[in-house]
Amino acid sequence: MTAKSTLEPPTHLRIVGTQPPPSQATPHSVGSQDWLTKPGQLRWGREDELTCAQGGGEAPPRGGGLRIKGHRHRLAKGWRAVGTQGAMPPHRGPLWALLVVLVLVLPWAGAIEEEQGGASQGFQIVTFKWHHVQDPYIIALWILVASLAKIVFHLSHKVTSIVPESVLLIMLGLVLGGIVWAADHIASFTLTPTVFFYYLLPPIVLDAGYFMPNRLFFGNLGTILLYAVIGTVWNAATTGLSLYGVFRSGLMGDLQSGLLDFLLFGSLIAAVDPVAVLAVFEEVHVNEVLFIIVFGESLLNDAVTVVLCSVFESFVTLGGDKVTGVDCVKGIVSFFVVSLGGTLVGVVFAFLLSLVTRFTKHVRIIEPGFVFIISYLSYLTSEMLSLSAILAITFCGICCQKYVKANISEQSATTVRYTMKMLASAAETIIFMFLGISAVDPLIWTWNTAFVLLTLLFISVYRAIGVILQTWILNRYRMVQLETIDQVVMSYGGLRGAVAYALVVLLDKKKVKEKNLFVSTTLIVVFFTVIFQGLTIKPLVQWLKVKRSEQREPKLNEKLHGRAFDHILSAIEDISGQIGHNYLRDKWSNFDRKVLSKILMRRSAQKSRDRILNVFHELNLKDAISYVAEGERRGSLAFIRSPSTDNMVNVDFSTPRPSTVEASVSYLLRENVSAVCLDMQSLEQRRRSIRDTEDMVTHHTLQQYLYKPRQEYKHLYSRHKLTPNETEKQDKEIFHRTMRKRLESFKSAKLGMNQNKKAAKLYKRERAQKRRNSSIPNGKLPMESPVHNFAIKEKDLEFSDPEEAPDYEVEESTGGIEFLVKVTKDTASDSPAGIENPVFSPDEDLDPSILDRVPPWLSPGETVVPSQRARVQIPQSPSNFRHLAPFHLSSKSVDSFLMADSSKERTHILPESTHM
Amino acid sequence: MVNKRPCYCYLFPFGLGHSGVHNPLEAGQSPADLQQIGALAVNPLGDRIVDSFFPDGNHRVDFPGFVRVLAHFRPVDEEDPGMRDPKQPEPLNSRTNKLRFAFQLYDLDRDGKISRQEMLQVLRLMVGVQVTEEQLESIADRTVQEADEDGDGAVSFLEFTKSLEKMNIEQKMSIRVLK
Repeated sequence: MTAKSTLEPPTHLRIVGTQPPPSQATPHSVGSQDWLTKPGQLRWGREDELTCAQGGGEAPPRGGGLRIKGHRHRLAKGWRAVGTQGAMPPHRGPLWALLVVLVLVLPWAGAIEEEQGGASQGFQIVTFKWHHVQDPYIIALWILVASLAKIVFHLSHKVTSIVPESVLLIMLGLVLGGIVWAADHIASFTLTPTVFFYYLLPPIVLDAGYFMPNRLFFGNLGTILLYAVIGTVWNAATTGLSLYGVFRSGLMGDLQSGLLDFLLFGSLIAAVDPVAVLAVFEEVHVNEVLFIIVFGESLLNDAVTVVLCSVFESFVTLGGDKVTGVDCVKGIVSFFVVSLGGTLVGVVFAFLLSLVTRFTKHVRIIEPGFVFIISYLSYLTSEMLSLSAILAITFCGICCQKYVKANISEQSATTVRYTMKMLASAAETIIFMFLGISAVDPLIWTWNTAFVLLTLLFISVYRAIGVILQTWILNRYRMVQLETIDQVVMSYGGLRGAVAYALVVLLDKKKVKEKNLFVSTTLIVVFFTVIFQGLTIKPLVQWLKVKRSEQREPKLNEKLHGRAFDHILSAIEDISGQIGHNYLRDKWSNFDRKVLSKILMRRSAQKSRDRILNVFHELNLKDAISYVAEGERRGSLAFIRSPSTDNMVNVDFSTPRPSTVEASVSYLLRENVSAVCLDMQSLEQRRRSIRDTEDMVTHHTLQQYLYKPRQEYKHLYSRHKLTPNETEKQDKEIFHRTMRKRLESFKSAKLGMNQNKKAAKLYKRERAQKRRNSSIPNGKLPMESPVHNFAIKEKDLEFSDPEEAPDYEVEESTGGIEFLVKVTKDTASDSPAGIENPVFSPDEDLDPSILDRVPPWLSPGETVVPSQRARVQIPQSPSNFRHLAPFHLSSKSVDSFLMADSSKERTHILPESTHM
Repeated sequence: MVNKRPCYCYLFPFGLGHSGVHNPLEAGQSPADLQQIGALAVNPLGDRIVDSFFPDGNHRVDFPGFVRVLAHFRPVDEEDPGMRDPKQPEPLNSRTNKLRFAFQLYDLDRDGKISRQEMLQVLRLMVGVQVTEEQLESIADRTVQEADEDGDGAVSFLEFTKSLEKMNIEQKMSIRVLK
């Protein structure tokens, strides 16, 4: 039937098919029209929208619907109620309509459904099956509402700069909850623990772990652990005991609670909440040490909370008098089991994940999926083993990040990054919104002024006291002292959130008599900390002049020297015989390099994983892009041949750029995409179709200037292959070209460099050789012949990896060896034109299969001369080929400079070369 | 642990319970002694750091000399900068002196400048074998270029300091236990 419906033209108005669900046998449109026409009624939207809200079958029993119960999504059932409630009293109409307009979609559904109800029996062309889709539909709608709300919030920058998003979302939740309640008189949607713990929390925590600044985290691990464990226990105990004390004094009136109930409440209200902390602190930008301490604490205290809660809950179940010392010991043991076990599960899954991503070369498209699935499995596994799930997924993220990021392709890494951020952000949005919605339920509210106020007072005061005490202890051991200001922010940043709420909802009402009081107090506490403290923490931080974090790109110097400082410190620690941070870090990084990375990283990734190199890569990429943009601006790239850059490999950034050129990369990319053809694929295809040299040469010559040719590739669809978009292609292309050029220029220059290097390092080597016969950290293996050796090395690095041999690398290496041989052959005959620019140099020996994939500029073609056609086609293109020469010349200049030495020195070097 | 023994005698070179070893009180330590420390052999900058204990081609370091080098790595005490040593305005663990210590590890020929060659040597020590020599040279070029302000193709101490001005040297070049 559904298939048939596609035959129907979309303009067909009459919907014939009817097969109403039993509940909708009677049309109620008349009834709803009635109330609509009553004077004084608000009219929202079109009439059919209203009817839809009202029309439909009989309302299901009230209690049955509208509750997100577990992952079975009972909330969906509720929506059926919305869609089909016919027996609703008229006065609720406008509010319903408001909600309906808000979610926008159901009107249609209702209208159609209703019409069906009235139509005659028979063959159905279109059927309306709301029940089939209602569950996912409603979930999707809620997510949509939350996301739309976010857009609305950010329309006003003023509001969001003052009020944190989490606060706005809670407010929105309260309003929506009010609407739902007013319409239905029951709290239809609430945040249930199952949904929260299984679906909403994991993405947030995974995001936190995967993007955890590891060095900072482990550098402060001791501090974090102290706050997380001792601090949380302290908070729980003091809050619980104090409340109990006050209760005994009679101030709270009559409560059916004993000491254990209060301790239980204390333990679940004690934990600082990662979601709330992240949401608020992300907008505050305090300095990184402060942030990592508060945030780390909020993540790691999960184990404590879980254990404390389950221990006290079981004690409450047992009854106070039956608790023995053995149980207490068991509780303490279970803490270690839960926390260490959770961590272990996380680490094991991180190992698995890293290992799996090592072998995903041929399934790039599902690569990102592994990250999510395996991390989520770590969460579920530890949940299954009743270990700390948050710790598991956190450590899974922390441990795998390095290897995963190295293993997966760049696109996958971007996908992972964005997906993770999106999921986390969506989950956070939903959590806060539903916290607000959940609060609108008179059934859960039990007010006890003394209890609520005292809880608020105690958690704030004891948090502050705890922080001060622990900081006092910590500062004796910390190198970076925590100042008073930091302590204030830490105390104030102790936000409670959805974890506490979900835990309190999980309590069993039969065992914990005052569950409702606990729930409402928890809600108050959460709202108070998130709303009040969230609103005030920013002004507070500004007022206290807390050191802010600064985001900037690392400079090469900083990276290099920073690394050098690490080495220096660890050496000094070795010399002075201390086993400190640096010592441990050094040991770990050695272990990581020698064992872990070998197992968990692709060989190609191992090769390029050096951080200094990475920074260098990034900077180069930007350079390369601005190179091209600059050339474009001037209409040719000849500008690069300026005296200032002639003797340098890199662009000289000290030359002031004309202000008309915007330096931002994205701007450049945009510009390039629109004006210039750097579309590798179209070039490639064209090259394949017309295999004549002239045309290829045209591409060589004019790839900077060609306007976009046809775009056949755009229309191809493949589920398993993503055509990289032009920006990426362009990036890659430029990058490869730059790197390739440098690689080539090095290879030609290398022989010349040997001599200098040797002279400068003579002293060093003399001494080093004494001790380094076995361990050669710098890879200065003695070798027989430089050319031979280099080739072997290349082969070793590039070809020996079965699972990883990206196309360009093959090309590079092939070209490299080839080129080297070539250089060796013709150095003497080097003409004044210099070495052939590697970028445009021929690679004769490429095998056909590789050739197929070679970008145009690598393909055979001895001379680079613009074709007649090209000159005609693009008038602005330089008719003189010299204009095209930037790469040519820049590499040449360096090369020839170095070659001058090398040609002289070659004979001496060849026999004794010890450097690679 | 291989390096346990020499370590202790360096920390307590005057023989507090370690009188049997070397008798450092008389002779001080020689570079070879420091090089015995196993972990230093795998530290890329190990040799240079050992060398920095023996300035001016000396082959012995006595205890005060030894401590003077270590003093560079004391955490900066922010409370009373003036109280420390009125005669000497810059304590050894000041930011400048910490930086100077690092700088002289690069500056092998002691001409007050890190040349491209010197930068390249350090890079060669510190970067893994996976990075090709050509890349290393580019990095060295770039690093020098980035810091080089007067355009002489080398990094003077001033430029060195300037290039790291955003970095928390006081923190990065301090060891807690030396407090």
